[in-house]
Amino acid sequence: MVTKKRWGERMVMEQLINGLTIGIIYALIAVGYSLVFGILRLVNFSHGSVYAFGAHMSLLFISMEFGIVPAIIASMIFTGMLGIAIDKLSLEPLRMKGSKPIAALITTIGISYIIQNMLMIVFGSETKSFPRLFNYGTVRIFGVNVGSTQIAIFFISLVLLVALTAIIHYTKVGLAMRGVEQNAKASYLMGINVNRVVTFTFFLGGVSAAIAGTLVSGYYQMVSPGMGFMPGLKAFSAAVLGGIGILYGSVIGGLVVGISETFAATYLGGSYRDAVAFIILILVLLVRPNGLFGKKGIKKV
Amino acid sequence: MAYLSIDKISMHFGGLVALEDVSIQVEPGEIVSIIGPNGAGKTTLFNVITGVYKPTSGSIHFENQPIHNKEPQEIVKAGIARTFQNIRLCKDMRVIENVLLGMHTHTDYHFWDAVFRTKKFKTIELEKHEEALRILTSIGLQDQIHNYATNLPYGAQRRLEISRAIATKAKIILLDEPAAGMNAFETDALLDFIMELKIQGFTIILIEHDMRLVMNISDRIYVIDHGKKIAEGLPKDIAKNPRVIEAYLGRKEENA
Amino acid sequence: MDDLRRLIKENRIPLYRKMDQYRHYIIAGLLLLLLALPYLLNSQYIMRIIIMICVYSILGMSLGLITGYTGQTSLGHAAFYAIGAYTSAIISVTYGVSFFITAPIAACVAALMGLLLGLPTLRLSGTYLAITTLGFAEVVRMIFLNWERVTNGPLGISRIPRPVFFGIELTIANNGMYYLVLAFLLLTTLVMHFIVRSKFGRALTAIRDDEVAAVMMGVRTTYYKIIAFVVGAFFAGLAGAFYAHMIRFIDPNTFTFDTSILILSIVILGGMGTIKGMFLGAILLISFPELLRFVQEYRFVLYGLILVLMMRFRPQGLLGGQQKTDYAFPKGMKVDNQ
Repeated sequence: MVTKKRWGERMVMEQLINGLTIGIIYALIAVGYSLVFGILRLVNFSHGSVYAFGAHMSLLFISMEFGIVPAIIASMIFTGMLGIAIDKLSLEPLRMKGSKPIAALITTIGISYIIQNMLMIVFGSETKSFPRLFNYGTVRIFGVNVGSTQIAIFFISLVLLVALTAIIHYTKVGLAMRGVEQNAKASYLMGINVNRVVTFTFFLGGVSAAIAGTLVSGYYQMVSPGMGFMPGLKAFSAAVLGGIGILYGSVIGGLVVGISETFAATYLGGSYRDAVAFIILILVLLVRPNGLFGKKGIKKV
Repeated sequence: MAYLSIDKISMHFGGLVALEDVSIQVEPGEIVSIIGPNGAGKTTLFNVITGVYKPTSGSIHFENQPIHNKEPQEIVKAGIARTFQNIRLCKDMRVIENVLLGMHTHTDYHFWDAVFRTKKFKTIELEKHEEALRILTSIGLQDQIHNYATNLPYGAQRRLEISRAIATKAKIILLDEPAAGMNAFETDALLDFIMELKIQGFTIILIEHDMRLVMNISDRIYVIDHGKKIAEGLPKDIAKNPRVIEAYLGRKEENA
Repeated sequence: MDDLRRLIKENRIPLYRKMDQYRHYIIAGLLLLLLALPYLLNSQYIMRIIIMICVYSILGMSLGLITGYTGQTSLGHAAFYAIGAYTSAIISVTYGVSFFITAPIAACVAALMGLLLGLPTLRLSGTYLAITTLGFAEVVRMIFLNWERVTNGPLGISRIPRPVFFGIELTIANNGMYYLVLAFLLLTTLVMHFIVRSKFGRALTAIRDDEVAAVMMGVRTTYYKIIAFVVGAFFAGLAGAFYAHMIRFIDPNTFTFDTSILILSIVILGGMGTIKGMFLGAILLISFPELLRFVQEYRFVLYGLILVLMMRFRPQGLLGGQQKTDYAFPKGMKVDNQ
């Protein structure tokens, strides 16, 4: 009886840690959505494939024997550039033309298809193995064994999230980002180069996606061109859950989605795992259309 | 009670007070103007009357029925229609379709009538199209019926917006700065047109900055500043009212 | 001489006007052509592609009502297609009921789900709606994947019976399936045309153009959005039922996000707010990968490019936007100044 209970507790603890690991990665991806949404009011649908692109770049540079850390840094730069390219080539012209918001959304869906399928054509559509990152055995925490990879993922992500927040709150470009987020026109009139701010935002989004993609690939030890689709959607759900455009909301949303889907997989069966995020998303939107931490706007006529 | 009776309406957005205890009475067939500096709350008042915003407090009665708690759609149906400061036509629809849209609430056939093209459907559609054509002819847009709303010149778009409001079978029409962006010649035509509407029996509430138009046309004028009503009366009295002059030109310096 | 030439030029009736004048004859001619098509082509392979074009035209029109006319972007239209296919397949396999009974049931079940999905539009708009429809479609797919007792899970449902019409089993070989899909296509086109050319169509278009203006003209936007979702889902369900009984095997992988995007691409390429554009969109997007085999691998890159380029250079689609032809008044209308 006692042992059974203890076993149950340990299982919950293990699931919680697994959930936190995957959740913090969702948070990292969700922040990418949130950054762009905050500034452009646009759901950057291509973010999931940018994430897959980042993972493939890391794999490419690792296989070219760059060494892990330089490979990741190279991948960050290339993926950040991809983010910039997406904005410059496809979204900025739409802004210049004053297109309807939905045009931008559909454009990013198109971009997502192009990237994902180009990855398939270049790298092959099959799943490829990825080296395990930060493998230094396991550590015992709260009576359960936790892999060093998990710990590394958690802390790297945490550091990045803190760094992102610091950039937004304590740097000049961060101030400009917040200004554009509040009121793009006023910021423009105050001499802020709005397009440069947007470019920087896409760069940050790409960089964070590259890191998230690499960490996940290292965790599951595999990459495939379609890998970004589900995590992208789930991270997006997480961002909406927390109130898209609000950074800490995205982080909490990511953790909630990660933990609840890990528990769902354990207690409802693995095949329901993927539905959890969407069910949470739909329920949240029905009850609080602006997300848990979102503000309500006044309708202007 | 007056035909349209607005009693002590207040509208707060969080801490911001957009309207405070505003009361306005309108009688049938009148042209009533609402003037005031930018940001005084005039358009907010229109939004409250037409149900876009629910007032924080106060009441509005139209033909002795309360309307302040009704949805915009019910208010249109009751007989109050409006135009917008920044023209809101359905741009990708044709001119005649915009007018037909105005007739929406009194185009009375069921979904199945449309799907099965029943006799009822055909009769009503024919009737409404003829009516739309009549309205467009009366407003001078008869040679533009096939055109798309977005292709019309500015003045014509304003007129189309008004004809769309007329098409709702409104008894009261709220015009939000109809002369904005018009030259003197166009404004004169607008003045004639509004007088024409009055003769046809419409009651009109007008928000306008063009003082020449307001003074020439209004039966009575209300002045709003900072969300409060500061004056009301006949045009000639309003023009001389010191509080109105102050609101528009600012307070006179003591030593000036 | 120059004067004469100018005179001729000025009085020449442009092609679109001529086509508009004779549109009844053109439509009749097209119909005859469609009826005679199997005998003209005499190829099962091509007929199969044409049937799929018809199926996707129906899907395009059904999404067109929601996205093209009403402006409510749906990224989960494959869900209704799937619901129609599964409902019809399950009922006919389990109870041996005829396709001509299961298909309407399937369409109604899909419509009911459309109502369920339409209700959130009470509160959501734009991006949030788009994502919710996507989430909805994923949840639907996961239910089909996991509810093994009923849907047979990932293995799918096989040996779905062919439709039997007065004792004749309809197949692709005897062209029965072609005429069946043609009948569905005509039905969908007519109903869509009738809806669009009525106060319902005007209300839907007004919601797309300017929702606030629509409200201020007395349009109960929620009700109309739900109508769009229900009707759209109904016809997508009908298309799904047909598809299930034609292919005779369905599994959750047929109805993924890719399918939703393919349907959306048809609507966008063809032209939002048109019916004829849906035919053009379906013809182009379904036949291209078949015609150009080498494109096969790049098919989804092509779809992606279509979305991006159309949004940039022709957001109204190939046949969308302002029409050059006159507004068509109802029959019996006297218009003086023509």
